Amino acid sequence: MAFAPLPVVEGLAAALWRENIDTDIIIPSQEITSPSREGYGAKAFAPWRYLAAGGPENHEFVLNREPWRRARVLVAGANFGCGSSREMAVWALVQFGLQAIVAPSFGAIFRNNCVRNGLVPVVLPQAAAQALARQAEVAPLELRIDVAAGELRRPDGIMYHFELAPGEREMLLTGLDAIARTLELEDQIATFEARDRLARPWAWNF
Amino acid sequence: MNRLSVPARTIIDRIWDAHVVARPEPGQALLAIDRIFLHERTGPALLAGLAASGRAPRHPARIFGVMDHIVSTLPGRNELSHGPSARSFITEFRNSARSAGIRLFDLDDRLQGIVHVVSPEQGLALPGLTLVCPDSHTGTVGGLGALAWGIGSTEGEHAVATGTLLTPEPKRMRVRFDGVLPGGVVAKDMILALIGRFGASGGAPGGVAHAIEFAGPAVRALPIEGRLTLCNMAVEFGAWTGLVAPDEDTLQWVAGRPHAPQGAHFDQAAAHWLALRSDDDAAWDAEITLDVANLAPQVSWGTSPEHTGGVDGIVPDPSQEADAARRRACEQALAYMALKPGQSLAGTPIDAAFIGSCTNSRLSDLRAAAAMLRGAKVAPSVKAIVVPGSMPVKAAAEAEGLHRVFEDAGFEWRASGCSLCFFSGGDSFGFAEGSARRVISSTNRNFEGRQGPGVRTHLASPLTVVASALAGHITDPRPYLES
Repeated sequence: MAFAPLPVVEGLAAALWRENIDTDIIIPSQEITSPSREGYGAKAFAPWRYLAAGGPENHEFVLNREPWRRARVLVAGANFGCGSSREMAVWALVQFGLQAIVAPSFGAIFRNNCVRNGLVPVVLPQAAAQALARQAEVAPLELRIDVAAGELRRPDGIMYHFELAPGEREMLLTGLDAIARTLELEDQIATFEARDRLARPWAWNF
Repeated sequence: MNRLSVPARTIIDRIWDAHVVARPEPGQALLAIDRIFLHERTGPALLAGLAASGRAPRHPARIFGVMDHIVSTLPGRNELSHGPSARSFITEFRNSARSAGIRLFDLDDRLQGIVHVVSPEQGLALPGLTLVCPDSHTGTVGGLGALAWGIGSTEGEHAVATGTLLTPEPKRMRVRFDGVLPGGVVAKDMILALIGRFGASGGAPGGVAHAIEFAGPAVRALPIEGRLTLCNMAVEFGAWTGLVAPDEDTLQWVAGRPHAPQGAHFDQAAAHWLALRSDDDAAWDAEITLDVANLAPQVSWGTSPEHTGGVDGIVPDPSQEADAARRRACEQALAYMALKPGQSLAGTPIDAAFIGSCTNSRLSDLRAAAAMLRGAKVAPSVKAIVVPGSMPVKAAAEAEGLHRVFEDAGFEWRASGCSLCFFSGGDSFGFAEGSARRVISSTNRNFEGRQGPGVRTHLASPLTVVASALAGHITDPRPYLES
């Protein structure tokens, strides 16, 4: 699944300063109505975004308010994207228009799904993330996130460093098809499998 | 000398090392994947993506499909029983699984069920194997000593195409449960208590999801199905996955299952499996100990599994929470759940009771629930539903007459599937549109809207679910136990 890489994310930040925002709230199961990778943008955060299913918008919800309807970055509490492995949660956020999520921590599967879809997971310490969320809540806050350098910069010049695993950074920067890269290791895979068939026959013949 | 030259290893290292195909980059490995399970919710897009890129499954014999996520569990279900949108998922998965040449546990298959119940039941999940599935509760089969974890669709495509996954080397955590569980307190209460005490990120110290070995005497004493329950909710603890080292009980449970090794192969495998243990001097990145001797049955009160306490406890006061993000999550949870700080959990009226899901739907769960129900009646105000974890579980329960016990007590007895663990538009409690109703549930997630728009979920063990269904309100199961 290739995507257009984004070496730098620049844009408005919206704050959802709450812990444990799960993938069920990002895209509820009943909103997944076709086995497709498309069509989730309008459904992102549906239970918070709309007053009723298919109904009017909840104007209290930050992503329904100006200027945050055009947010490119979301600043959220710890353990963002916990819960179900549904990759539709990442597709929904990307199709809404988000390009990066800043949080003190992420659900593990969600994070893996992010880097495979060009959504940048930015882990900042709790205090730094909270400060950004407070700023974003009171006035429009433009952030600049440099993926290669692992740097997030506020308009006031304050900069935070964030970590990405080597594989994650490369995926985000290249958007490359990971399957093709793995298949280049065919010799090693075949060697492993031949040896493993002898060592653990029960894992192969069943 | 040999001792010095061989570093002490954990069970996680042992399984990991045996599966490393290559180390293309530091800090991660290309890992061989022994079993891949797919389901109808994400399988169609995954297999379509694979086909669109002109690729085929590397080892179709090691890949299995299960219809479970959004299928109807109504008795006598047929193609029309499922919700309208479910049909396209079911049909497309059936077609794409056939094209891909993978074994499908379809709806009319007498072995169909919830993927994480089916895989151990059929001997397809085994100790020491790596197993992945695009489902976050894949770690369930860690209860057998498998290294199993949930993945997304894109990773799933990679696993299917290559038989491998590029995976970061996990941090290792040991969670020890000491003591002896009191009567009426079960594996579900252990894992809920762990999450309640250490939080939904407790398994991710420093923001890194760890691989957990559950150990200690209280884990060793658990029946295998209890170990599956324990590992099922490791993901709710923020862990990458969880497992329990295989022992003689594991071997006995696995032996004779349809796809388990037989004869000399079994003996060879058993020797390998029993060697999958952590050295006494192995190093852990994190360690936690919890004593279960005085543990009460657990019930969740909020919208994260960490919002959990003893059934004899009270709803906490968010204003006492110093951290702003946590306070906000608590306040919004109490607003959603319509509960007040200081209110006792026991006595809260419920509208429905659900027994099912990959957490608690195996035969031992149904037996324990039925034992408490025998001769009793569900409160008239409570809609009670039981969904066996697989059709073989259903058949075995029926052979023991358990279905009559459930039905006589007022439970609906259903066919198998994920059902009301989450609301996909199909199976429902039948609550009127817009009405917020309260459910006590043997499932794993109490997220907002998880079981339906506005539905308020309280997680608990099957025993607590049954006792509460009988009482009509949340209640301690211990007085209901047969003496």
